[in-house]
Amino acid sequence: MRVPVRTARASGWVIPLLVLALAASLLLSLMVGARALSPSTVFEALVRPDLSLPDHAVVWDGRVPRTLLGLLAGAAIGVAGAVIQGLTRNPLADPGVLGVNAGAAFAVVVAVGVLGIQSLFGYIWFAFAGALIASVVVYLVGRSSGGADPIRLVLTGVALTAVLEGVGQGLALVNPQAFDRLRTWNLGSLDIGSLQPVLAVSGFVAAGLLLAALAARGLNAVALGEDTATSLGVSVKATRIMAIAAVPVLAGSAAATAGVIVFLGLMVPHLARRLCGPDNRWVAGLSLLIAPTVLLLADVIGRLILPGELAAGIVVAFVGAPFLIALARGKRVIEL
Amino acid sequence: MSDFQPGPQSSSQPQPAPRPAPPAAATRASSGLEKHDDGHARLALGPLGLRIHRRSAWVGAILAVLVAAAVLVALVLPGAGVETKDAFGVIFAGQGGFDATVVVNWRLPRVLAAVLVGAALALSGAIFQSLTRNPLGSPDVIGFNTGAYTGAILVTLGGVTGFAAIAGGAFVGGLITALAVYLLSLRAGSSGLRMVVVGLGVAAMLGAFNRWLISVGDLELSMQAAAWGAGSLNGLRWAQVTPVAVALLVFIAAAFLVARRMQPLDLGDDAAAGLGLRLGATRLLLLAVGVALTAVSTAIAGPISFVALAAPHIARRITRASRVSPLPVALTGAFIVVVADIVAQRLFDPTQLPVGIVTVTLGGLYLITLLSKEARR
Repeated sequence: MRVPVRTARASGWVIPLLVLALAASLLLSLMVGARALSPSTVFEALVRPDLSLPDHAVVWDGRVPRTLLGLLAGAAIGVAGAVIQGLTRNPLADPGVLGVNAGAAFAVVVAVGVLGIQSLFGYIWFAFAGALIASVVVYLVGRSSGGADPIRLVLTGVALTAVLEGVGQGLALVNPQAFDRLRTWNLGSLDIGSLQPVLAVSGFVAAGLLLAALAARGLNAVALGEDTATSLGVSVKATRIMAIAAVPVLAGSAAATAGVIVFLGLMVPHLARRLCGPDNRWVAGLSLLIAPTVLLLADVIGRLILPGELAAGIVVAFVGAPFLIALARGKRVIEL
Repeated sequence: MSDFQPGPQSSSQPQPAPRPAPPAAATRASSGLEKHDDGHARLALGPLGLRIHRRSAWVGAILAVLVAAAVLVALVLPGAGVETKDAFGVIFAGQGGFDATVVVNWRLPRVLAAVLVGAALALSGAIFQSLTRNPLGSPDVIGFNTGAYTGAILVTLGGVTGFAAIAGGAFVGGLITALAVYLLSLRAGSSGLRMVVVGLGVAAMLGAFNRWLISVGDLELSMQAAAWGAGSLNGLRWAQVTPVAVALLVFIAAAFLVARRMQPLDLGDDAAAGLGLRLGATRLLLLAVGVALTAVSTAIAGPISFVALAAPHIARRITRASRVSPLPVALTGAFIVVVADIVAQRLFDPTQLPVGIVTVTLGGLYLITLLSKEARR
């Protein structure tokens, strides 16, 4: 099946360049920090780990988990953003519009404030479940007879987000401990200190990426209008359901492990569209490469900029926003 | 509902298709009410014709009654040592003493603020949704609330307390942010989308800054700032409400006047320009009114969220009009905030919740109910 979408394909050098940038940011993330390491030391530690050496311990206890988390969470958020913008055809949409982040945040407040869970891994699964449940509710309420109307879905997501944030904030404001946890979690940090949660969500991220890849084709056809898509042999309903399923799985995995990282999922697809045109397959593919690069670089910058480290989620907004503004001021307005 | 059209002009516009003449309507057309099939009625007063969306008209009337009832309930609910019958006595029989102090000096300014802030936020939401041609548009889009929050956090964490300082900080922070967004998105042929994207960028930066400030600040002060950030009407008195109420009334009136300019704007830039609308000037005017409404509301009550976003959608759904007219939108906003404020004061009495937490919860639940009802139809 060929879908007639007008595409300015990314020229030949874009993808190799993006892959190179991602590799460089991975290496930087392993090297840079309070204890700077040379590439050879990092390589040595990865190939022949000897945890009695402090350098190797730094690599394995701190740098490898946060680098892998940056890769996974970045890829998940970037692709989720591309899918949700393609699905809703709304450039304001980010993965949070399906209620994912609010569901996760609410679950964290309930886990810490009401159930009294203290350990780090205790609330990861709460957050993931909260994200999934919230988006299922959004889908059940927002769907209509013809499958799922994206505008209604987004409105429902915004409404549910409001309710969860309201109740969650109310709970947090009367419970200093939950408030304290929530304000840290809201920063969006990659400094997770353990491989275990990263590995735990990696399967979900893979499944979400697969769903997104399957949906991306159909989204191009759906963008031409539902009737056109049907006549091209694309099932509008199946495409939308796959897309709607991919977003919470991806964004929920990221939110559960890294906390709330806003803006990345909104900005990266804009960037990708700039490089490759509106074809959803390309936008999702390039977002897969760009988002982890941006997130890892933000994390590296955050380690250098302040003695106490600045969380990656904060740096992403500070680095990404001026860039997006510059793009918006450019000659071509970003259309979807 | 208030699409005023000069008579001669409206006669040159396409009229509803001629129908198998209902003589009664035809005879009443010169003065009085003429019913059209498209759900509108035309009220003719000599050369002036007022086109009224019928459902919007009676929904508007019902909403007005509901707002009045909610205001009355807020004034007479028992509490602070005042019984309901004494409160009624103050309102309807001019009873004096302590009861009058509570009702007139404590409750009335707060309720008045709730009505005006709700109406102002709802109207600014409708303006921004039209301006950006995006159903998710709201004053948040231009970063006003985020900037106001930044100002308030800085003032609070700096150890300054008091209504005037925090309101001033919020006002300045919000205005600087909105101005920055406007200037950054200014280009030949400034489009709604460009402003939205620039606004999102600026709001994302400030939002990150806010979260960082909250996370490094002293826990108690941070919680205070966060409570302000949720939006609250607690402790308002006439001294604070009177100037704000005057300003809000002026800007609400302005919003009603500019509302009819929103209709051509909704058709798209080219069509609007083709209809003779000066795009740049119209946008700037709408923007100025929208920002003014948000700025004054936020200064007095903090960023009460969701009213601006939800009220136009709720009004559109209950009036079932193709486009919303300002009166139902304003009344919907007022009703949401008044009811939310009653709940915020009473739900966990004596703990007073910030009203913003209740508006997001109630407004959100109501919007979800509306959407799920639509889905079943």
